[in-house]
Amino acid sequence: MNEAFDIRGESHIEVHKFRTGAIIIATLLALVIQASFPIHFAKTAVLDLPLLVTIYFGLSRRNPSTGLLLGMVVGLLQDSLSGPKVPLGLYGIAKTIIGYLASSIGARLDTEHPAARFALTATFFVAHQGLIVLTRRILLSQPEPWFSMHLVGAALANALVAVFLFLLLDRLRKN
Amino acid sequence: MVAIPSRHKSLVLLAGVIVLQVLMLAVQIKRDSEGRLIRVWTVGAVSPFERAGSYGFGWIRDIWRHYFALQNTTKESEQIRRENDALKLQITQLQGKAAEADRLAALLNFRQSQASVPMIGARVIGTGAGTASLTIQLDRGERDGIRKNMGVITPDGVVGKVVEAYPNASQVLLLTDKESGVGAMLADSRVQGPVGGLGEPLLVMKYVPNDDTVNLGERVITSGMDRIFPRDLPVGTVAEIKPGNQFKQIRVKPAANLERLEEVLVLLSLRSLEMKNEENTGDPQPPPPGAPNPPRAAKR
Repeated sequence: MNEAFDIRGESHIEVHKFRTGAIIIATLLALVIQASFPIHFAKTAVLDLPLLVTIYFGLSRRNPSTGLLLGMVVGLLQDSLSGPKVPLGLYGIAKTIIGYLASSIGARLDTEHPAARFALTATFFVAHQGLIVLTRRILLSQPEPWFSMHLVGAALANALVAVFLFLLLDRLRKN
Repeated sequence: MVAIPSRHKSLVLLAGVIVLQVLMLAVQIKRDSEGRLIRVWTVGAVSPFERAGSYGFGWIRDIWRHYFALQNTTKESEQIRRENDALKLQITQLQGKAAEADRLAALLNFRQSQASVPMIGARVIGTGAGTASLTIQLDRGERDGIRKNMGVITPDGVVGKVVEAYPNASQVLLLTDKESGVGAMLADSRVQGPVGGLGEPLLVMKYVPNDDTVNLGERVITSGMDRIFPRDLPVGTVAEIKPGNQFKQIRVKPAANLERLEEVLVLLSLRSLEMKNEENTGDPQPPPPGAPNPPRAAKR
């Protein structure tokens, strides 16, 4: 069996392994770019790179525990960098659940095709925003609209970027 | 002890992690705590990369704008083009520096025209890492005299206020954020009302009665009532007026370009202004409760 992956008994889905430090570096890079890019390219504020990285590694690693822990760490770091008006846990909870869902779905479906990645990312983005609104409404008593056309546009933009970003991240896999 | 089936372990872990974060949220709300230590560590770890990234992105952007965008317009021979490209590259770098010098000169002029106001220049090195809050990150912090609740401006107008000061960086809540606000008034009619954000490019001016006359394009300036910003700084211009139930619904276009901030000025203290005003008016008043102490003056 190839050392780069093993086959899960019944599911026959590849579990990808990555080069040492790839997940940590990619995650930190996503956070730094997320915090730096919009200064120079205002439109890029619509992207949520930490979410895309969480989804990618969740889908690839296909281990729900790893996925949800990575989501939690990424989310809490994003909370920390978003200023004191964003309580620690807002992005943390949302990304924990997305990390869990991505790795659970990744263990059941083949998510290597760009079309599948596009559809899954768009769905996860909407779910992520829904979880943030839910947390704000229920736990923080901050009324937020559930749906807007901006959300649809942002979901499609993130899904499109994800297709290319995931191809780039595929290169970090061990062969 | 009850054994958990392996297929349910991740579900139990998920529940545990969620409950932990919900509790953390609850503690922050109850105690009004902001998890400062975690934020200090994270910002301390990430801000050097943001600083480097900010300079790097700026350089790439300048190259892109002035070099690649113009590359296809030249029809000269390859040799001349190479020389030309090399010269363009040099020009690009010089243009970038010249543009930066212009911006810094504008800041300096403004700074000199407001010599009585203690302020410090700072570079924007990052934004909030999400859409939940509209913040920017500055390359100066407590060590430069910046404290929480200090006002942040550009020569064009009000930007926001400092919501967190770390040793070497600080976070500024932009005026467009939903939780942001500034004491303001209409420049012509002198009608006062707070101006706040909606999470959108335009601001909103509240509590202006339907009976008061407001004109489109009228300037909105700071009133000084919030004890953060001095009077008469530009906030924006009236962009939209609708009659409301009791008060007008007024939308204001910010005077400062909040989507493209590169350098800003932080008002180091308002207290000295108040004292100066008090001396002028001969009507001394005690400082407001909770007013920040004037920090050590550190000027750029």
